Amino acid sequence: MEAYLDNSATTMAHKEVAEMCVKVMTEDYGNPSSLHHKGVVAEDYIKKAKEAIAKTIRAEAREIFFTSGGTESDNMAIIGVARACNRSGKHLITTTVEHPAVLETMKYLEKEGFEVTYLGVDENGQISLEELKNAIRPDTTLVSIMMVNNEIGALEPIEEAGKLIKEVNPKTLFHVDAVQGYGKVMINVRNMKIDLMSVSGHKIHGPKGIGILYIKNGTKIVPINYGGGQQKGMRSGTENVPGIAGIGLAAEKAYADFENDINRLYELKEYFIKTASEKLTDISFNGLTGRDSAPHIISMSVSGVRAEVLLHALEEKKIYVSSGSACASNNPHVSATLKGIGVDESLLDSTIRISMSTYTTKDELDYTIDSLCDIVGLLRRFSRR
Amino acid sequence: MEYQTFVLKYAEIGIKGKNRYFFEDKLVKQIERVLKNVQGEFKITKVAGRIYLAADNYDFDETIAALQTVFGITGICPAVSIERDGDSNLPDYEHLSKAVVKFMDEVYPDKNKTFKVKVRRVDKTYPKDSMELGRDLGADIKETFGMEVDVHNPDILLNVELREKVNIFSEIIPGPGGMPLGSAGKAMLLLSGGIDSPVAGYMIAKRGVEIEAVYFNAPPYTSERAKQKVIDLAGVIAKYTGKVKLHIINFTDIQMYIYEKCPHEELTIIMRRYMMKIAEMLGVEAGCQGLVTGESIGQVASQTIESLLTTNEVVTKMPVYRPLIAFDKQDIVDISLKIDAYETSILPYEDCCTIFVAKHPVTKPKLEVIKKHELNLSEKIDEMVQTAIDTDEIVVVER
Repeated sequence: MEAYLDNSATTMAHKEVAEMCVKVMTEDYGNPSSLHHKGVVAEDYIKKAKEAIAKTIRAEAREIFFTSGGTESDNMAIIGVARACNRSGKHLITTTVEHPAVLETMKYLEKEGFEVTYLGVDENGQISLEELKNAIRPDTTLVSIMMVNNEIGALEPIEEAGKLIKEVNPKTLFHVDAVQGYGKVMINVRNMKIDLMSVSGHKIHGPKGIGILYIKNGTKIVPINYGGGQQKGMRSGTENVPGIAGIGLAAEKAYADFENDINRLYELKEYFIKTASEKLTDISFNGLTGRDSAPHIISMSVSGVRAEVLLHALEEKKIYVSSGSACASNNPHVSATLKGIGVDESLLDSTIRISMSTYTTKDELDYTIDSLCDIVGLLRRFSRR
Repeated sequence: MEYQTFVLKYAEIGIKGKNRYFFEDKLVKQIERVLKNVQGEFKITKVAGRIYLAADNYDFDETIAALQTVFGITGICPAVSIERDGDSNLPDYEHLSKAVVKFMDEVYPDKNKTFKVKVRRVDKTYPKDSMELGRDLGADIKETFGMEVDVHNPDILLNVELREKVNIFSEIIPGPGGMPLGSAGKAMLLLSGGIDSPVAGYMIAKRGVEIEAVYFNAPPYTSERAKQKVIDLAGVIAKYTGKVKLHIINFTDIQMYIYEKCPHEELTIIMRRYMMKIAEMLGVEAGCQGLVTGESIGQVASQTIESLLTTNEVVTKMPVYRPLIAFDKQDIVDISLKIDAYETSILPYEDCCTIFVAKHPVTKPKLEVIKKHELNLSEKIDEMVQTAIDTDEIVVVER
């Protein structure tokens, strides 16, 4: 048996998505900018994808832009707004638990002379609205908050934050990194007062190398790359049509049977936490674990066992999880999120992330728990004295 | 400047008496090997104490980089060549002088330097002898550029050789030195993912020794990436030797067994004894005449003089070569950087030596005590060692 439980790192593409990409690459391979029929056919894929994606977030098709992925979407949104609005202010707000795609971009802007306020999080990994309210100033041009934390699955209060921001300073723009949230949370960009939102293709069973940036119509933003003027000049470069067709289809599927899918994921999450807690001793789960958390991410600390060793031991049984956040686990530094929510010092290096998808089955979870029971005992016996 | 010839110098090989031809042939073979991967037309000629490499349609930097991986070469001199006129005459003096002056002009834009001309007239039919030629060419250079001659300590030593063609050269690009590969048997290197062992392997390989390597893997405590890292480090040595045969031994069970049965402070020492034992067994089987380690006195607890005595004791059939034994860490790092191993060596993956290390390992182990504690292992250890050897995974790393 194999159990792929690292879906927050990346997902398997839906077969239909892969087939769609192949079709675009081998049959409908025209350049959407070409005037002839092949170009028109290619352009049509983009149009259809924009419409499908817009529908899932209650936006308009013209507000959907395509990038190379979550990182580029974050860069484009944050740098693009910061530069466009720098006459009305040079103050930005984000949180300490963002993905490096946001944090490093903010650091870069700090070097360029911008001022950034970093909001802390409570033991559940959530920001305080009070703190946010106090941080917003007349010269604050952008607030960037993630929808779902990639390490512990905390849900940030996006709608409340969105409304609050517009209340305190209607000119402040609101960017949401929804890379882990899209497809797992029902999103309405109008109600949530979101001006910009990043989504990644490969986290939702779409292709790698494609991402979405939703930009609300009329938002003050400048492009960060220049060239042939594609996508209304916001993102020059020939469109990645196979990727766009693929992400369009993946987006459609992500919300096609949303209620059922999410319910199933929550049930699996509850089942895992309940069963693991019964069968394993000295384990703990970080952050909220019920329906007030993301349905697909479980952060588990196994005391007395090093996460990397546990990961490799599980790997031998074809169970794939991640230690901390996969995007950052090659860096030896300790997770800012885990530290931020006050995880015990001794458990920081003993925490793994289990992340599910709609393909995850109960059998896989049972197999994982049984394997954990075998492995953890053995590893604890041989832990560093 | 367009160079048509490289004069390749080698030092120690020249003094090996009747064995010289053996060494030279090995060297030529290695040069041929590395040049196979370089674009261009090359022809190697061996002449009394020197190797000439004629090159055409080649890239200078790529060629030099390739030659710098050939152990045995001490210096590479890029030379301008003048072919014989038709198939008989070397260029006349006027033609020769022009070429020499042009060479000096192009290679040394800064003329504020002293020089000396050294002529070697192998073709004795040339009308002027070497003394005369040296004097006259020197005078021409001095007259043209106003440069001063210094016969004792010149900034530029300009060599002019008259043989089947004329070669003009002055610059010596350093080669790696050492002895040509294949001139000195084979040794088994204990290769970890650290900084030291790849350097030790490089140094022994540099003496002409063929290197096989053994890595002790400890899944799940060490990762697939740690293993890939060691394969990459074997590749660093293979860059110089063409290929390295790497044995990957699964050491987890042995390590756990020692961990359970022996005092924790002695874990590393006893582990290392078994590593040496296994390395020697593999070495015997592979026809090696020695083991190589990256140990350096006092660097860590398992490398104190007492620890070395204890780990050395298990190896009985061949010497253990420890080229870094008296090196400081920084000196080792310098070589690691030079051979492009450093960046790989410092990748942050655990290796089997670090995972269970005690907080206070013994630094002065007593052989009798260690041996006594090893008796705790007698039930299963021989079988485990045999299993480890039987399940040896071999990766041939080629460059």
